[in-house]
Amino acid sequence: MNIAVPSEKLKPADFASDQEVRWCPGCGDYAILKAVQRTLPDLDTPKEKYVFVSGIGCSSRFPYYMSTYGFHTIHGRAPAFATGIKITNPDLDVWMVTGDGDGFSIGGNHMLHVLRRNVNIQILLCNNEIYGLTKGQYSPTSEIGLRTPSSPTGSVDRPLKPLVFTLGAGARFAARGYDTQKTLPEILKRAHAHQGTSMVEILQNCIVYNDAVFDNVLARNVAADKQVHVQHGHPLIFGADKNMGIRLNTNTLTLEAVTIGENGVTEDDILVHDEKNRSLATMLAEMDGDELPVAMGVLFCDPAETYENGITQQMDAAQDATTPSIDALLRKGPTWRV
Amino acid sequence: MNELTIKSGPNSSDRKEVPSVVIRFAGDSGDGIQITGSRFTDTTALVGNDLATFPDFPAEIRAPIGTTFGVSAFQINFGSRRIETHGDVPDVLVALNPAALMVNIARLKTGGTIIVDSGTFTDRNLKKAGYLENPLEDGSLDGFSVLKIDIAKLVLEAVKEFGLSQKEGLRCKNFWVLGLIFWIYGRSRQNTVDWLNKKFASRPEIANANIAALNAGHVFGEVSELGDGIELYSIPAAEMPPGLYRTITGGEALAWGLVAGAELADLRIFFGSYPITPASPVLHSLAKMKQFGVKTFQAEDEIAAICSAIGASYAGALGITSSSGPGIALKGEAIGLAISTELPLIIVNSQRAGPSTGLPTKTEQSDLYQAVYGRNADAPLVVLASRSPADCFDVAIEACRLAAKYMTPVMLLTDGYIGNAAEPWLIPTVADKKPFPVNRDIDPEGFLPFARDPATLARPWAVPGTPGLEHRIGGIEKEVGSGNISYEPANHQEMTDIRRNKILGIAKDIPAQIVESGDETGDLAVVGWGSTYGPISRAVNNKLAEGKNVSHIHIRHIWPFPENLETLLRGFKKVIVPEMNDGQLKTVLRDQFLIDAKPVNKVTGQPFKITEIEDAIDLALES
Ligand SMILES: Cc1ncc(C[n+]2csc(CCOP(=O)(O)OP(=O)(O)O)c2C)c(N)n1
Ligand code: SF4
Repeated sequence: MNIAVPSEKLKPADFASDQEVRWCPGCGDYAILKAVQRTLPDLDTPKEKYVFVSGIGCSSRFPYYMSTYGFHTIHGRAPAFATGIKITNPDLDVWMVTGDGDGFSIGGNHMLHVLRRNVNIQILLCNNEIYGLTKGQYSPTSEIGLRTPSSPTGSVDRPLKPLVFTLGAGARFAARGYDTQKTLPEILKRAHAHQGTSMVEILQNCIVYNDAVFDNVLARNVAADKQVHVQHGHPLIFGADKNMGIRLNTNTLTLEAVTIGENGVTEDDILVHDEKNRSLATMLAEMDGDELPVAMGVLFCDPAETYENGITQQMDAAQDATTPSIDALLRKGPTWRV
Repeated sequence: MNELTIKSGPNSSDRKEVPSVVIRFAGDSGDGIQITGSRFTDTTALVGNDLATFPDFPAEIRAPIGTTFGVSAFQINFGSRRIETHGDVPDVLVALNPAALMVNIARLKTGGTIIVDSGTFTDRNLKKAGYLENPLEDGSLDGFSVLKIDIAKLVLEAVKEFGLSQKEGLRCKNFWVLGLIFWIYGRSRQNTVDWLNKKFASRPEIANANIAALNAGHVFGEVSELGDGIELYSIPAAEMPPGLYRTITGGEALAWGLVAGAELADLRIFFGSYPITPASPVLHSLAKMKQFGVKTFQAEDEIAAICSAIGASYAGALGITSSSGPGIALKGEAIGLAISTELPLIIVNSQRAGPSTGLPTKTEQSDLYQAVYGRNADAPLVVLASRSPADCFDVAIEACRLAAKYMTPVMLLTDGYIGNAAEPWLIPTVADKKPFPVNRDIDPEGFLPFARDPATLARPWAVPGTPGLEHRIGGIEKEVGSGNISYEPANHQEMTDIRRNKILGIAKDIPAQIVESGDETGDLAVVGWGSTYGPISRAVNNKLAEGKNVSHIHIRHIWPFPENLETLLRGFKKVIVPEMNDGQLKTVLRDQFLIDAKPVNKVTGQPFKITEIEDAIDLALES
């Protein structure tokens, strides 16, 4: 079924499995799958080390379509499986694929803990602001008022912002992209390079149950004004004419969009992105395309010791200290002979 | 202060020799009763008595002092004969306050001995315990020998020189009592002194104060007339098979058995767990075993615990998770995934009493249905049950063997009683046991993730990281062989059949059911499982001694059953099944064999008494 392929010279097609992809035609998940398949050949990981782990949902079918190792688990629990895999074998390159329902509704608790523990995995959150697989109910990221079969008069649930949650949980890497984004592989490479849990929120279109939900941000005619692509060390400038910027209002401690050249605003007033600044990242993660554009790219990256390294170090210390023998252990302590 | 001069040896001639004694220590949860009990246990084991213990503590960590719901107790049965239970009725009750007396007096043997801390019998404490009159004065204890000692006063006297606060001084009370009990049963204090010195190495004043209390209690016994009916006893060493012994609790035995089993399978252990009474001791024991390559993970909840363990098995370790009934309930969906993906997994269930939160510190055997039937869809797995603390070691090894060989989850049932109780253990040698290493030689050429070993029906364990074996697994139904997603009706039938037959086939690979005592056929079989082993075994042996026709069968492999079990049971006119539940094994036996197994149920949170099972035997034989 699988023939060992030498890890050099791998092509995107080498990462496609022999299984027919069964997402609805036009689903944003296709583009995400392609972006991942384009990314992996450029990484220095041998093919057999990749493990794709997912929960349940349309996007969680992802592992079946990769010719790597893969584990399609149960709803919401992928972070726990990924954690067990990574602790057991830190050599494996573990990618987790989840949806907004899978990751933040039923799996919210596990998501919180994998992020705070900083297990070295990449999390790809396919956020379509809807439950796809169960046919279109509102999800924890859906807008208030969304009419769905389970909210016929409009949802009254307040939406959660995944990247704000991520930063609040103490995660060390948070990024955002969208399904058809050409530069998505670059974001994925940054996530991969980061040692620790990397959260990548990917705005994903569900053509069947929530079509065009991100059009206010992604549509060609508004994209330039509604997105700011952040880059460490570069000013937060956006807009079709590159004359818009984000400034910190020091009176209210909030961000505001300003136009360079208007009201005395100069380029010097524009904030320079610092991806090690958690407060700034959190404010950027809050921006939702209403008054302020949506931030794309790596919002936060500040590496710290990974969870599995902590465990490995304690293991090594214990194993250096003693030559283990279970028989000796059984005989330690008060014994007597009959 | 650490030097000891032990005046009279354990076997001075004025001691009365008895075959066995049951002591129950009881006091407030803050009195250190469990420590007293375990120190007495260790010393008793060292002189070669056989023994069984029963720690019986409240769910409240620190209930209001002096209340009945704050009473903690520790019972030990020790003797020169084979000891199978912690004893139906205590000979001696040590009650450190009125509440302890109130809660435990009904259990005491008629004519038994009571040792009380009389200083605690104040109006306030009596009222808190629910006494209207002082039982030490109203004649209500007339049938017993009562030793009233103002222990608190004597302890404070004894530890005066160490400059402790009154509160700290009173904490030594339990060691004073232990010293007195040591005197009564002719026991050496040395082991306890060593233990205290080690335990409080960084606080020598505490060690010394406790040692002084221990000695003072002992001296009190030596110099005072203990009073009517209070004699000095000696209990000779028991006859046990020769070898090296130690005491062991079920929790430790389980942890060590898992490590030994993994070593025999040539696997590393990953243990994912979430704290719950009474399952936590296994986690605590394994967390201390990093030197054996054991990785423990305290997850955020039971679901994450089992999922991490399944992930670990997928990645090539032996994944183990452990909990108690409520936590096992949470793990249900993930157990189904492990069954569907056919990964090895051990699920330890330390059973406790009652549905929902129930009686968390009390024992029961009521998760048998949960183990055998408790999942969505047809989801068979292996169920094993351990019968005693030491038995946990062997059952844990068996769980490792079956999980790895058959690529299946194994549910290992133990309970709060077994987990906390201690018994002497003839230490085995793991190096002499036959290893059962896992075979990981998988040829990428023609590899199919759901191909099967024709003998075991197990699928190959293809571990991520192995070149050429890349494949996907998941909970969606798998096509026979390839493991690709399949919604084919006939394929689902076939996969269901395979999963069932794989587990049932294990019956060929487990020991035949033996009869513990009595004949292979006869009038009555008493069939048990798990921690009822002790009381059933003693009751059946007592009845055999009376010439009754009765046999004891104790089942370790509950799913699948041993191949010969049905024939064996059919050889008896009657079958009764004593269980600490409402009749669960009884149902499974009836279901599997269409036999008229009759239940004998006790659901009080307390183990069976021997007499209760004797009565059930008599009743069954008469009717
Ligand atoms: C325990 C459990 N509860 C509910 C479900 C049903 N279920 C499957 S996927 C899903 C939601 C999926 O939504 P999302 O994670 O946003 O993924 P999408 O399908 O949109 O990609 C639900 C509720 C389930 N499979 N398991
Ligand atoms: S339902 Fe939506 S998310 Fe699911 S496959 Fe179809 S388009 Fe994609």
